[in-house]
Amino acid sequence: MSPEPEKEMKGKRDKPEKGSPVDRAGGESRRQEVDAAPAGEIRIGAFICNCGTNIAGFLDAKDVSDYARMLPNVVFSRENLFSCSEAGVTDIKNAIKEHKLNRVVVAACTPRTHEPLFRAACEEAGLNKFLFEFVNIREHCSWVHKGERDIATQKAKDLVRMGVARATRLEPKEEITTDVKRTALVIGGGISGLTCALSLARRGFMVTLVEREKELGGLLRYVNVLYPSGVSAGTFVASRIKEVKKSSRIEVLTSSTVQNVKGYIGDYVVSVSSKDRKSRDVNCGVIVVATGANQLVPEGHFGYDGKKVVSQLQLEGMLRQGKLKSKRIVMILCAGARIRERVYCSKICCMTSIKNATLIKKTVPGASVHLLYRDLQCYGVANEEAYLGAKAMGVRFVNYSLENPPVVENGRVRVSSPLSGREMSIETDLVVLASPLVPREGAEVVSRMLKVPLDENKFFLEAHVKLRPMDFATDGIYVCGTAHWPASVSESISQALGAASHASIPLTRGYVKVEPIVSELVDEEACRGCGMCAAVCPYGAVEIVETDKGPKARMIEVACKGCGVCAASCYKRAIGISHYTDEQLDAQVRAYLKGDE
Amino acid sequence: MPEVVVIGGGIAGIQASLDLADMGVKVYLVERKPSIGGVMAQLDKTFPTNDCSI
Repeated sequence: MSPEPEKEMKGKRDKPEKGSPVDRAGGESRRQEVDAAPAGEIRIGAFICNCGTNIAGFLDAKDVSDYARMLPNVVFSRENLFSCSEAGVTDIKNAIKEHKLNRVVVAACTPRTHEPLFRAACEEAGLNKFLFEFVNIREHCSWVHKGERDIATQKAKDLVRMGVARATRLEPKEEITTDVKRTALVIGGGISGLTCALSLARRGFMVTLVEREKELGGLLRYVNVLYPSGVSAGTFVASRIKEVKKSSRIEVLTSSTVQNVKGYIGDYVVSVSSKDRKSRDVNCGVIVVATGANQLVPEGHFGYDGKKVVSQLQLEGMLRQGKLKSKRIVMILCAGARIRERVYCSKICCMTSIKNATLIKKTVPGASVHLLYRDLQCYGVANEEAYLGAKAMGVRFVNYSLENPPVVENGRVRVSSPLSGREMSIETDLVVLASPLVPREGAEVVSRMLKVPLDENKFFLEAHVKLRPMDFATDGIYVCGTAHWPASVSESISQALGAASHASIPLTRGYVKVEPIVSELVDEEACRGCGMCAAVCPYGAVEIVETDKGPKARMIEVACKGCGVCAASCYKRAIGISHYTDEQLDAQVRAYLKGDE
Repeated sequence: MPEVVVIGGGIAGIQASLDLADMGVKVYLVERKPSIGGVMAQLDKTFPTNDCSI
């Protein structure tokens, strides 16, 4: 069907005659006179994005575009200032129609954020969106070869040549449509899980809420009051629990843990084992992870003993039960946070400390509170006001450095403040350590079962920090609250509502479309039904079935993520990956090895 | 079909509109300026992924 790309490539490079179509400026088509692409003719349009200066600042996009025009099957090429802008997208759509393009290659930033846009452009111009190929010349060229313009340009040419070779062999595909069971499973019964379950139930969906502990409520059960409202945390969470228990659409399973997860978006089967109930399978369309976090017990930091040196959560307990007897209180922030072993900032401990310091000043007559900090996080109007209020009330803020941390001795805290340049010795009856939120021990187990990732700190990692903050890369699984990252109560609630909103998209529609990048049995004859593929598949997407030709592998398309492990393990080469076929990848590799000379 | 008006075509308004549309709701996105995108459209890159803001 397509001409030998290698041969044609060489020929064209060798003799670009003057006045020949390839020599024309402006990226005009060489075959404008052609009304419709003859059957089987491949007509590729290549668009090279400057991305302002993000790409063009580090490589010669014009040169790459000129080069692309000489590649086999490329009938049109152009460099664009911003391919993703409305003008850029319109340009692609017009070119498809004008030049009868049946393949589109865009060399630009990253498919992660922009592939859907360009695919949609193809679709709107009447081209199957799987006839689109993305070449990543921002991350693979301009970002990694800054200051090496020639090398970056050459690599961009190599990548474009490879992209064109693959595009030549792309085939139209249809997305796989699958039904969605209109029920949800929420893992975790803290404020995030409760809020998310309630929101989903109010939208009319049945929800199963799984909580490991005997009681719902999570961390808030141990908190005194919430800032800035001053509302009792216990009363607040109790009202949510009451609503959840009252809802006819929410089934609560306490003292229960998730044991196993099978299936895919729209049809998950989750085994839940309970202490006081028989284990059972819950069938659901979507899953929300709201497993929360724990406060680090600051063992080994600033002489923590749980009696004279306690954590903020212990102080919350004392305040709640009216058991705070001390009058001279020193709080030390960043206890176990922003240090070598735990580099991150837990974000909420500054405000927790300011909240408690203020409360003590208000309620304990004659109390003194020193707050020793490295830096303060008081973002937002309410938090800034609380900080200023604490200062006005006489809470003493003393800065300290990581290199020279405070020393807790019997009845004293010695601290040297880089800001004032002074050494201080503060008498105290109670030292309170603000320690960070840390991931739950069970997070890794949940992560493995759901096949969703954790970040380097073992918090759950979202699909994209900005574009998909509440989604996992795996379809139909969402995350909210402190399971994802330390968050305040109001942030956790916002996230829970966000996750419920996103989860309700497939639930409302009742179907989803899944990428057709899946494994397929390309050579049924060769398959001997050995079962190796089924054994290595991490998603349970391959099964061995008995056919009239003997046992054969069968793919469960919607469960398949297209990872290719099955294809790699098949010694008979009976399995391939759709949209990443051996032929397509082979063409890419050959195009690379061939070079452009 | 249910219908919703979203006032403001910055990143928040756009995302809300997209999510609603994905749920099958007809959305009218109202923006005072000649183009949508808001302040984010004026930024270069966004932290920490260095994704192009527009």
